[in-house]
This record gives sequence, structure tokens and C-alpha cells, in this order.
Amino acid sequence: MRIFLSLALLACATGCATAPASASRDPFEGFNRSVFQFNEKLDQSVVKPVAETYQQITPQPVQTGVKNFFGNLSDVWSTVNNALQLKPVPAAESFMRVLVNSTVGLYGVLDIATELRLERHSEDFGQTLGYWGVPSGPYLVLPLLGPSTLRDTASLSVDTKGNLARRVEHVPTRNTLLATSAVEKRARYLGAGERLDELALDKYIFVRDVFLQKRLSEVWDGEPPEAAQSQDDPPQ
Amino acid sequence: MTTWIHRYQSLLRLLVCCLWAVSGLASAADEAPDAFIKRLSTEMLDLVKNDPALKNGDIQRINGMVDARVMPHLNFQRMTAAAVGPGWRQATPEQKARLQEEFKLLLVRTYSGALTQIKEHTIAVKPLRAAEGDVEVLVRSEIRGGAEPIQLDYRLEKTPGQGAGWKIFNLNVMGVWLVDTYRSQFAQEINAKGVDGLIVSLAERNKSNARK
Repeated sequence: MRIFLSLALLACATGCATAPASASRDPFEGFNRSVFQFNEKLDQSVVKPVAETYQQITPQPVQTGVKNFFGNLSDVWSTVNNALQLKPVPAAESFMRVLVNSTVGLYGVLDIATELRLERHSEDFGQTLGYWGVPSGPYLVLPLLGPSTLRDTASLSVDTKGNLARRVEHVPTRNTLLATSAVEKRARYLGAGERLDELALDKYIFVRDVFLQKRLSEVWDGEPPEAAQSQDDPPQ
Repeated sequence: MTTWIHRYQSLLRLLVCCLWAVSGLASAADEAPDAFIKRLSTEMLDLVKNDPALKNGDIQRINGMVDARVMPHLNFQRMTAAAVGPGWRQATPEQKARLQEEFKLLLVRTYSGALTQIKEHTIAVKPLRAAEGDVEVLVRSEIRGGAEPIQLDYRLEKTPGQGAGWKIFNLNVMGVWLVDTYRSQFAQEINAKGVDGLIVSLAERNKSNARK
């Protein structure tokens, strides 16, 4: 965490003057762009090929099972964060999802809760901070992890603790779980990633603008105030 | 004889036109914006579900469908103008027409991929929060059927004139407003290379997409 922050500060010291004065939300654009390029290259050379292989060799039911398994882990953390945001119904529904899927759904491999019309309410600690009024701060692109904001980067350490896969004592099992989770996630976005290349005039800006809008919307549960949506507004 | 048939034909045509206009008036004038979205999105969903070519992402067919069934319900000039930003006012009518055409092609690409994902999904329109006489409204809806519902919101404007109904001028998918997504990128192109530069960039993007 500290490394990211000091990197960001360093980037500001060196890159702020040269970065195009585009948006007030992205003061570290020069630095962010270079990390973005790095991530893109890494994705092209390693992550994407691995995800593609995973998708090709894994039978569809297994893929669904893996997705559901990690989805169930994320529901645990969503339950906590819904509770922290004092949202009783989403918290209760998330809790019920975990309860049903962990038992009847065989450790989360089957998503029985969705069949029972218990909807997922994804929340992480960054959203919880946002809910209680912590501003997102400047946009940051993190090595390996991709788009983020200062607030979300700061809350990563808490989110990491909330990820049950990281709490597994047995190190090889834990690493396998984390790697599988990352590959599964990337495999889900294979189609979308290809599409992004087709859509964007400037992929960096496209990803940034979509990410910031989406994140704001998530913090406000899909209904951000009008004023916060205008891109030309100075940050609060 | 021929003149008689001719006259009869034109009378018939007039009658059909009148009937069409009246029915159009009645349905459009009475229809609330949320009912309009419900009807339109259900129509679209059924159309895609029952058409394998659309579902498989056949771009030719999707373009045809968009022109015939979607474009009449959009104020696409307003959408393009909003995406282009201040540069729109400097643009000539020809440039505006070109911008709209290229932007449309780009967007059809954006959403054609989503069609392949449609399975047993349904649309739920949320209760409308608007006052009587509002000329711009926000209609919220959700695509249901997966673990997490997909947010799909629309901004609509009441079209001027009596009984003209509603037109969509912005669309929000999963928290992201479509028009806003392009604003910074378009502004950057215009600042660097002018309106013509933006048109060229869009056209190149669409051309390279078409080759795939």
C-alpha cells in the first residue's frame, strides 16, 4: 500500500507538469498512463493467454462452479459492508445468499440463492467509505490491479482482510485460490476487453471515464446525485 | 377508368394515412414514459430472442434493426451533440451529419456484443418519479435473470407538438451514461485535430472494426 502511495506522490512530483491538463480527477495522468501501458503489456503477454486457456480447457459447468464459489466468498464480504452501511434488507439478503449457497449450494459451487430470487448486492469497503462521505480522490491506475482511486486504494488492505480466500492458512492452497480467482475474473471479461479495443479512440481515457462513473454509481447504489455526475465539476 | 382507379387509390391511401395518424396520436399521446420504455424494451428483447441472426451478433442485420426499430425513438442529434461537446457548435451541417453517422456505427458495435448474452432475461421498469408536465424524465429499469440485476436507465424528452411522444437522449448501462463516456475522448480529438480530425478518427475506427 505504502509503495503505491509513494509511487503516486513521486509521479506527481515528476509527471504533473507534463501530464495533459485533462481532468481535475486525474492529476497523475502521466504516471497512470505508464502503469496502464505496463498492465496492458502484461495482460497481452501473460494474463489474457492464461485466461483464454482456462476458458478453452475448462468445461462450462466447472467454470460456472468456480465463478459461483468466488461469488459466494464475495457475498460474505458484501454482507459485512451492507451492514456497515446500515442497509438492513441488502445485508439480510446477502447473508441469506451465503447461508443457502454455502450449505445447499455445496460451499458455494451452486448458486441456489439466485434461483430463489435472492439478489446479489455487491459492496466493498471502498463503497462503504464512499457511503459515509469519503471522497474518491484522484484516479489511480495500480500495477497488476488496474483502475482505482485514492480512496479505493487505501481501502484495499481492509478488502484484502475481508477476502476469505486470503485467510486460508495453507499457503499453496491460498495461492491456488487467489490465482484461480484472478484467472476466472479475467476470463469473464475476455469478450469485453476485445470490445473495448473496438470502441475507444483513446483506451486509457475510455477505461478511466467508465471506471469513475461506474464506481460513483456503485457508491450511490445506481442513483448518484446529478451534481456529482457532471464531469466538468471540480472535485468536492 | 384509369382515372377512377387512380382517384380511388389515392382516397384509400389518404384514409390509411388518417387512420395511422389517429392511432399513432392516441397511443403516443396517452403513453407515459415508463410505459413507453417497457413496451419498447420488451419488443426489442422479444425481437432478439426470436431472431438467431440478431442473437449471434450479425452486424449487418443489427444495423438494419437499429435503423428501423431503434433510431426513430432516439434524438440522436442531441446525443451526438452532447458527446461532441462545445465543438458541435463550430461544426457545419455536413460535419454534423457525418459525426452522427460515424457515432451511430460505433455505438451499434458497442451494444451488438451484449445481444449475444441475452437468454431468459426480462425487463422490470421501476416506478416513475416525475411530475405531470415534465418535459424531461428519467426512467429506470433493470434486466433481471442473472445473479445481479443489470441497471438500464433512460433519459427521455417529450417531443414538441401534440401527441408526438417521447424520445431517448441518453442511456445508462450499469451506472455508466453512454453519451458522457465519449465526451473526454471526443474533446481530446477536437482539441488536437479539429472536428474533421474527430470524424476521420471515428471513420478509421469503424473501418478497422468492420474488417474484423
